Amino acid sequence: MNRLQKVSADAASAGRKIFCAFTTVGYPDLVKTEKLVLGFARDGVDIVELGFPFSDPLADEPTIQYSSEQALAGGVRLKDAFDLARKLRKKRCEVPLVFFTYFNPIFRYGTKKFLSQARSSGFDAVLVPDLPPEQEGDFRREAKAQGLAQIFLIAPTTSPARMRMIARESEGFIYYVSLRGVTGARQAVPSDIRRHLAEIKKTADKPVLVGFGVSKPDQARELSRWSDGVIVGSAIIDRIRKADGRIEPASEFIREMVLAVKGETGGR
Amino acid sequence: MKLKKSFKTQPDSKGYFGDYGGRYVPETLIKALDELTLAYETIRRDPGFKKELQSYLRDYAGRPTALYEARNLTSLFNRARIFLKREDLCHTGAHKINSTLAQGLLARRLGKKRMVAETGAGQHGVATATAARVFGLQCVVYMGALDVERQALNVYKMKLLGAEVVPVHSGSKTLKDATNEAIRDWVTNVETTHYLIGSVVGPHPYPKMVRDFQSVIGRETRSQIQARIGRLPDYLIACVGGGSNAMGFFHPFAADRSVKMIGVEASGEGVNTRHHAASMTKGTPGILHGMKSYLLQNADGQVQLAHSISAGLDYPSVGPEHSYFKDAGRVVYHTADDKDALWGFQTLTQVEGIMPALEPAHALGFLKHFMPKTRKTENVVLCLSGRGDKDIHTVQTVLGDAKKEGCR
Repeated sequence: MNRLQKVSADAASAGRKIFCAFTTVGYPDLVKTEKLVLGFARDGVDIVELGFPFSDPLADEPTIQYSSEQALAGGVRLKDAFDLARKLRKKRCEVPLVFFTYFNPIFRYGTKKFLSQARSSGFDAVLVPDLPPEQEGDFRREAKAQGLAQIFLIAPTTSPARMRMIARESEGFIYYVSLRGVTGARQAVPSDIRRHLAEIKKTADKPVLVGFGVSKPDQARELSRWSDGVIVGSAIIDRIRKADGRIEPASEFIREMVLAVKGETGGR
Repeated sequence: MKLKKSFKTQPDSKGYFGDYGGRYVPETLIKALDELTLAYETIRRDPGFKKELQSYLRDYAGRPTALYEARNLTSLFNRARIFLKREDLCHTGAHKINSTLAQGLLARRLGKKRMVAETGAGQHGVATATAARVFGLQCVVYMGALDVERQALNVYKMKLLGAEVVPVHSGSKTLKDATNEAIRDWVTNVETTHYLIGSVVGPHPYPKMVRDFQSVIGRETRSQIQARIGRLPDYLIACVGGGSNAMGFFHPFAADRSVKMIGVEASGEGVNTRHHAASMTKGTPGILHGMKSYLLQNADGQVQLAHSISAGLDYPSVGPEHSYFKDAGRVVYHTADDKDALWGFQTLTQVEGIMPALEPAHALGFLKHFMPKTRKTENVVLCLSGRGDKDIHTVQTVLGDAKKEGCR
C-alpha cells in the first residue's frame, strides 16, 4: 500500500476527513519550505502538495502567482524540489507528497526523466493543472509505470459523462475545484457544491477533496461535511506573505484548520 | 513526406497540427472549449452565419481589401514585382477586425453577454471593442502595463469604444501576461463570457477557428493576384508574432506547391542577443497558453521574455500551425530586427506614401535582404497587415529628430 492509499484507508477506517495543504517550493525560501512541511506533518496534515513555480501559472490567482514569482526570483529549480523531497524522507517525514506543477517545466525537463526523479526522490503523486486526462498519453503511461499516482481535477463545469471518466482516471484522490475560477482564498461556500459532490461521490471509489478558495475553519468544516476533506493553499501563502516571510502564522493557521476538519490535531 | 498531403486537413479532432496544438488548460475550461468547438463547427457550415459575416466584412470592415502593385517599391530593388495585400485599409486599421467580427457574431449566437480579450499593440483590443459595440456586448481588454504605456493612443480608443482596459502588472507586463490574465478572467466567468483570442494561438479550437476567420485574406489574394498576373505568385511574405495575418494569408495557398511562403519573425535587438521575439528561429517546443508550439524558454522550462520594437510581435510563442509548417518545411521562417523594421517603415512611407504598422514593417524590412535574390519574372505578395498610425510615437522616439538624422 502506498502512502496515499494508506491515508485514505486510515481516514475511512477512522471515519475522519482528510486535510491536504499546498505550499510553493522555495517560498519564502527552500529552508522555510522544508520547515513548513515538517510542521504540516506534525500538525496532522494528511497530504502535502508541493507547488513547483512556473513563470506563467494561468490557473492560479495573485497570491500563488506572487509566491511563484518570488520563488523563481530566488532561483528555485526542479532539482531543488527533488532534493526537498529527499531531505523530508531522510528525516522520516512520511506524509504523502504531491508534485504540483504546470506541464511545461516537466516537458522541457523530459517527461520520463522527471517522473523517475520525482518517484525516486520520494514523491507519491503528480498533479498537473493544465494537463487534462486526454492530453499526453505518454505522460500518463509513464507515470503509471513509475508507480506515481496522477491526480485529476473535476470542475463545476465538468459534464456528467466526463466527471465519471475523470473519477475513474484520477488516482489517490479526486480534486474538486469548488469554485469556478482560479485558486484563491474566498469568503463564501458556493451553494451548488453539495449537489456536485454528491454526484461525484456516487461514482468515485476514492476520496474526493475540495480545493480552490478554502480559507476559513468554518468553511473548511462545512465543506468537509459534504466531501472527504479539503485542500488549502492560497490562504497559507497569504499568511506567510502578510508575515513578511515568517512561517509561524501559517503553521498556527494550519493547526486551526486541521482541527476544524479532522476534529483533532496531530500531536502524536 | 506524409505531412504534405494533410496541409489542408489539419488539425485533427483533438486540435493537433502534427505534434503541436492541443488543449493544455485547466479542467474548468474544457466545457467552454467543447461548446465553442461544437458551435464553431456548426456555424461554419451555416449559410445564414456565412452570409451575415460576409455582409459585416463587406459593409463594415471594408472588404475585399485592395491588392496594390507597389511599383515604386519594385523599382527600388529592380527585381521581382511586389504586390501589397492592403489589410491596413480594414476598418480599425488592421486585419484583426476579420476575426473579431466573426467571433463577436459567434459570441452573440452562443448567448454570451461579455467578451474578454488580450492585446499587445492594442490593435486586437480596438478591434474587439469595436465588434463589442456592433453586437452590443460588454468588453474587457487585458493589456500588459508596459504596452499600455507604449500604445496610449489605442488604450484611449478602446476606452472611447466603451471597453474596460485592465493593465496587467504581473510577469513581463506585456502580451504574454495579458493573455494569462484574460484566461484567468475566462476561467472565472466562463458561462457568461466569450474569450476572443486575437491570434492563431491558444487551446483548440482557437488556432483553427482564427485561421479560418483570417483566411479571407488569402482567399481574396488568390483571386486578385490571378486576375492580375494570370497565375499564382511565387512568394508570399508576412510577419509572424502569434501569426494570425500570416496564417490567414498563407493557408489558402498551403496546397499550392509552387507558392513559396516566408514568415518573418521579429529578432528585436538581434537573434544572438537576449532581446528578440524569434520563437521559431531560436525557441524549442513547449507549452504556453493552452497550446504546444515553439516557445522561448530557459533550460528549466520557464518562459523567457520576448522583445520587439513592435508590441504586436512581442510574444514568446507562436501559433501551433506555424510550428507544424516550419517542421514540415512548408513555410520558411526568417527574422528581421528592430532596425530592419524601421527601415521598412521609412521606406514604404517614403516611396509609396503608405505608413505601415511596425509589425508588417518587419516583413518589409526583410525585403531588403530578400529581394536581391529574386528574379524580374517573379512575383512577391506581402501582407501589409496594418497601418502605422499607432506606432508614430514609437518611431518618433527611436528616430529622434528625423531631420537631424538626415532622413531624405
